[in-house]
Amino acid sequence: MEDNGKIKKMMIILSKATLENVYACFVLANGARMEGIQAEIFFTFFGLEAIHRKKLEHLHIATVGNPAMHMPTMLGGLPGMEALATSMMKKEMEKLDIPPVGEFIEILSASGVKLWACKLAMDMFHYKEEDLIEELDGVLTVGDFYKQGSGVGTHMLFI
Amino acid sequence: MEKLIIGRSIDVNEEGFMNQFSQWTREIGEALALENNISLSPRHWEVIDYIQKEYKNDSPLSIRKIGKSGVVDIKEFYELFPDAPLKTATKIAGIPKPVSCI
Repeated sequence: MEDNGKIKKMMIILSKATLENVYACFVLANGARMEGIQAEIFFTFFGLEAIHRKKLEHLHIATVGNPAMHMPTMLGGLPGMEALATSMMKKEMEKLDIPPVGEFIEILSASGVKLWACKLAMDMFHYKEEDLIEELDGVLTVGDFYKQGSGVGTHMLFI
Repeated sequence: MEKLIIGRSIDVNEEGFMNQFSQWTREIGEALALENNISLSPRHWEVIDYIQKEYKNDSPLSIRKIGKSGVVDIKEFYELFPDAPLKTATKIAGIPKPVSCI
């Protein structure tokens, strides 16, 4: 196989806006660039919240329906529980030098990661381009996104 | 393993990172840069000097930290050392590969 199957480009689709998914996506994209691999992110459905100017700093981790939280589902649903778990996680992340969402987006953009919004999801949520971050590279259809990912050594990842 | 570069023998790991910073000289740095297709400019040297200073202070390096260094921003860092900038810059600087994921 050409280039021994080396990964040349990561096309990551982010469809969720729970903090742990957003960070997984951002760390993978940034990590790709750090290894000399190209990276592009397609924000679709709830993933759009991660690039929505007014929402991106208010994302939460999921305490309900998440068995790895090791807390009874009833407790996870109590008022303030998500905020508490989120602030605890944010403190731990700051210790590990993981930036907040807004700063992370700046880092990704400066590192050459392309940031795309999904046209269909934007129509569905009635978002306009000016609602989204200024680092946005554009609004794409699914077909456009596949075109972006063409070439040998491209991998696609759905989060 | 031993590696011969500009007529000197240096101790490197399997990825080509120097195991002993004490063996590093600016000439070796220049030769390592050329192996990575980089010709070092004064801007490159400012970044390498910063990276070595942080290493000597036992301060772990990350892309975020480079961006906040005041020496270079992340965009220029990627322009100076295209393709895996933190790995390439630390390799040229003669220090171990950073273990950071950020």
